[in-house]
Amino acid sequence: MNNLIVLPLIMPIMVGVILVFLRSYIRVQRIISLLTMIAVACISIFVLNTIQSEGILRLDFGGWEPPFGILFVADSFSMLLVLTASIVTAICLIYAFSSIGEGHEKMFFYPFVLFLLAGVNGSLLTGDMFNLFVCFEVMLLASYALITLGGEKVQLRESIKYVVINVVASWFFLVALALLYGTTGTLNMAHLAERVAEAGQDPLLTTISIVFLLVFSLKAGLLLFFWLPGSYSVPPTAVAALFGALLTKVGIYALFRTFTLIFYHEPDVTHSLIGVMAGITIVAGCMGAIAFKDVRQIVAYNVVIAVGFILIGLAVATPASIEGSIYYIIHDMIAKAMLFLLVGTMILLTGKNKIDEISGLIRNYPLFGWLFFIVTLSLTGIPPLSGFVGKILVGQGTVEAGSYILLALAFISSLVVLYSLLRIFLNSFFGETIISLGEEIPLKKGLLVPIVLLAIGTVSLGLGAEFISAYVGDAANTLVNPVIYIEAVLGGEK
Amino acid sequence: METLIMILIGILTAVATYLILSRNIIRVILGTAVLSHAVHMLILTIGGLKKGNVPLLKQADAPYTDALPQALILTAIVISFAVTAFLLVLAYRSYQANGKDDLHALRGTNDE
Repeated sequence: MNNLIVLPLIMPIMVGVILVFLRSYIRVQRIISLLTMIAVACISIFVLNTIQSEGILRLDFGGWEPPFGILFVADSFSMLLVLTASIVTAICLIYAFSSIGEGHEKMFFYPFVLFLLAGVNGSLLTGDMFNLFVCFEVMLLASYALITLGGEKVQLRESIKYVVINVVASWFFLVALALLYGTTGTLNMAHLAERVAEAGQDPLLTTISIVFLLVFSLKAGLLLFFWLPGSYSVPPTAVAALFGALLTKVGIYALFRTFTLIFYHEPDVTHSLIGVMAGITIVAGCMGAIAFKDVRQIVAYNVVIAVGFILIGLAVATPASIEGSIYYIIHDMIAKAMLFLLVGTMILLTGKNKIDEISGLIRNYPLFGWLFFIVTLSLTGIPPLSGFVGKILVGQGTVEAGSYILLALAFISSLVVLYSLLRIFLNSFFGETIISLGEEIPLKKGLLVPIVLLAIGTVSLGLGAEFISAYVGDAANTLVNPVIYIEAVLGGEK
Repeated sequence: METLIMILIGILTAVATYLILSRNIIRVILGTAVLSHAVHMLILTIGGLKKGNVPLLKQADAPYTDALPQALILTAIVISFAVTAFLLVLAYRSYQANGKDDLHALRGTNDE
């Protein structure tokens, strides 16, 4: 029964390996990879419901009981993210079917996407710090391959920076792991939490926690996001959407896990630091989002703003704000994927990427234009779309904690998001049309359908907030009360 | 012994930092390779250098040496090997496409 929770990691890897051998059968690859994603999503829904009735599930590999072996732990937080990640990947795959091109498909595009998802799911599910490092590397290596696939000059140029930055970040991760192991003598997350709570978080452990903060901030794009806009704007649209939706979220997940489960005893140091970093991230992201005219850059800086916003929830760390952050992570995965797909499609249709070179698209492609409007509203947080619940809860949390500066930054950033996206909307969708009826490129259904699916996702996540609130509430409850997690892992046979 | 190794780790890290900060891609890659060696040594040292017997239950007497750091290093070595190999190929492809191995020349277009 508990064996189910390893499937989100194992299935994509196994299928990916099989697909490598089916290189020339593109149709088969497409169908199998899409079916795998749907299967993973179905499994996650099932596991999520099981968690509600039976509590946190765990799987000890090889029968080694914690804290000795490696294990997977599935709580509501991780399963919600696994579920969203699988759905978003499935939709990005549908987009890739009609946009990525045969060259990519024959060069193992689908296996790499599956490996990427395996790494993401593994990072979300693991209960061991070193295993988290390994899963991060699985994810990163797949992302290295995906970002370079195609081999254009810009891609190669940006991917070198991306890879080197991540190698250095991984190095810091290993240093932090070594110091942590030396200090506490364990790497099992629940065991770590227990030991740190027993011995108290002394300055040494706080320093180690800051090294972890540095590592995960690099991966999440919190403050250390200088690599992000460049590398997220070079790969093909479907890949950029996957990156924008998934990769930073895994870093955010790791930050939440470590700083709510293990290092929560010195919030004056760590959580204030996260708060300051989140504040600066938001300000810098806002500047970037307004400064550029290249739509891909604007969108990449919007990712940065969202990272800052989500981490405000962790910085104030009240139950309401953490619940809000979880809502917002789920919302942001869907909405950012949609935004990246829309912008990529804009560039595909017009062949241009500056907002002042594109105009009047809504006359040629009305549905497309209104979809862009929906994502603008959703990211701004207008009810009933999905961004609203997250924003209101994070806001409530900051008021409860009395962090009015973060509150102000969070809501001013919403206005900047609205401004930066409306700028694209007004410039590129309204005004004189630049495409005459004769040279209008037909918008393929294969490109429009995934965007519509994501739009349905954001609308139904907004309207159905009540429906998922039980799951999100449980996830937040586990994060706020680390004892639940520790009990589930170290509390004997299950 | 631990102190000596720690000093060695410091030297390795310094060398690696110097290499990574240089402009030539190959030097940067070599820097990352040296950097990974430094951290492998760190993991080994921090777990305590050889203190006891081989950790084989019932075949050797306690106290046992901690075997976990070695398992961690083995994993880390494999990963850093793969990443270094990837980086070398990437640098070569990039050199073929862009004709440059100088990182300053790879900064991007002027209008950025």
